[in-house]
Amino acid sequence: MDIVFLTFILVLSVFLGFELISKVPATLHTPLMSGANAISGITLAGAFISAGLQNNEMATYLGTAAVALATINVVGGYLVTDRMLAMFKSKKSGAK
Amino acid sequence: MDIQLIANFAYILSAILFVFGLKLLGSPATARKGNLLSSLGMLIAVVAGLSAEGIVDYKFIAIGLIVGAIIGGSAARLIEMTSMPELVALFNGSGGAASLLVGWATLYGTSSISTFTAVSLILAILIGGVTFTGSLIAYGKLSEKMTSAAIVFPAQRIFNSLLLMALIGSCVMLAISPSPDSIWFWAVLGLSLTLGIMAVIPIGGADMPVVISLLNSYSGIAACAAGFAINNNILIVAGSLVGASGMILTNIMCKAMNRSLANVLFSGFGAVKQGKAIEGEVNPISVEDAYYILEAASNVCFVPGYGMAVAQAQHVVKELGEILERNGTEVSYAIHPVAGRMPGHMNVLLAEADVPYEQLLEMDEINPRIENVDVAIVIGANDVVNPSAREDESSPIYGMPIINVDQAQTVFVLKRSMASGFSGVDNPLFFGENTRMLFGDAKESISAVISEFS
Repeated sequence: MDIVFLTFILVLSVFLGFELISKVPATLHTPLMSGANAISGITLAGAFISAGLQNNEMATYLGTAAVALATINVVGGYLVTDRMLAMFKSKKSGAK
Repeated sequence: MDIQLIANFAYILSAILFVFGLKLLGSPATARKGNLLSSLGMLIAVVAGLSAEGIVDYKFIAIGLIVGAIIGGSAARLIEMTSMPELVALFNGSGGAASLLVGWATLYGTSSISTFTAVSLILAILIGGVTFTGSLIAYGKLSEKMTSAAIVFPAQRIFNSLLLMALIGSCVMLAISPSPDSIWFWAVLGLSLTLGIMAVIPIGGADMPVVISLLNSYSGIAACAAGFAINNNILIVAGSLVGASGMILTNIMCKAMNRSLANVLFSGFGAVKQGKAIEGEVNPISVEDAYYILEAASNVCFVPGYGMAVAQAQHVVKELGEILERNGTEVSYAIHPVAGRMPGHMNVLLAEADVPYEQLLEMDEINPRIENVDVAIVIGANDVVNPSAREDESSPIYGMPIINVDQAQTVFVLKRSMASGFSGVDNPLFFGENTRMLFGDAKESISAVISEFS
């Protein structure tokens, strides 16, 4: 049953993703990619379990490395996306 | 049990925030708020993840979080905007590696692994591994730490086919008896990492927008697979959003080059037949003459390409644009989807230089009114303005949609010398009757024109 349930979620999310992303204008494609990078850091939630379970030393180390890598994505991705988006200015709001 | 329930509801909340975040990315005016919402969603997911059942020791988690935050934070602060493609490539790689490691660690986790879990975690290792090494190679090519040209060798396809078959075989063997001590595990790991390298080395620098988008997608799919392996909904939702995003961008990039994904991935550009040789005279122009023409123009359109990024010319371009506007000229910037080394590369550089986003036009917006443009200024772009793509059926880039600058009243091409573009295809634009070549470094040439105005 798990398989069906998880696949259900997968399929719906993919459709939702296609709907949402196709509305993003070309001018924002780079921030979209770095923002997507940040979201793919969601692996962090899985990495916590590997790093914290403590039932196997090797799994703990692998999990810790995964936590570090995913955190790079999350922190770096959101910060750099924000930095980029802050530069996009409208004529009215007036850069200068 | 109660905490688990709350955590799962928290995941739903963060999924909603991710979706709204992406929705707000639909306009530059709301995009920043969208990113904020998305990061709030991530924060909620992280806190919920920390409360997961069975976590007994937070020491290692804390170490990982601190190390990652320092590296990610400083990278985001210090990176130059021109180097964004490299940074995104590295982020793709670390996302893939994280999923690989989660898959690997899960192999140790439980004593009995169901086939479904085994298949999922093998996919996480496989896709994560390919994403990791593939992104490192992409980074090497983008930062020019290695040659950005396509690397091809004899029997490459046969080698890659064998590699792929060996990889699939190893995956099947590992799925039958999943164990981290199995020799098949090491085979899967090693072969995935090798496949990542082999898949990206034959791809040339101009095709990098496709590769980056594709690796972006893979990093999401890897997270998705890891989600299946550890039975976690939020990983699946977020991973598939990223996967879909990368897929759409890949598709847009391929269309903009009129090539199929298979063609980009499996054929080095150099191997394609050469189009007609072009003969003719080029018309060079002096900075002074360029000034007179621009001064009289009422509609000027800049067409930037990767060369603008290399010359770091975006700020002087904006300065010239401003001077022209004060002079009563209508100024716009036309951006081809594959200009630069990643989707939207040029837009970010021009935004950095304070160009308002209303002036950034897409190819389909500018082409219908290109005839009203008095002067089109091509800065470091080549293939994306090459009329052969429209006219010469024997040209390797025939059929690729281009910005039709050759139909503008006058075209200025800023160029270092008469070398052909990345694809090695001759460009008849340079020999056009209405084309004037302004030779020299793009930044210096524009600065010189600016000083004529003052």
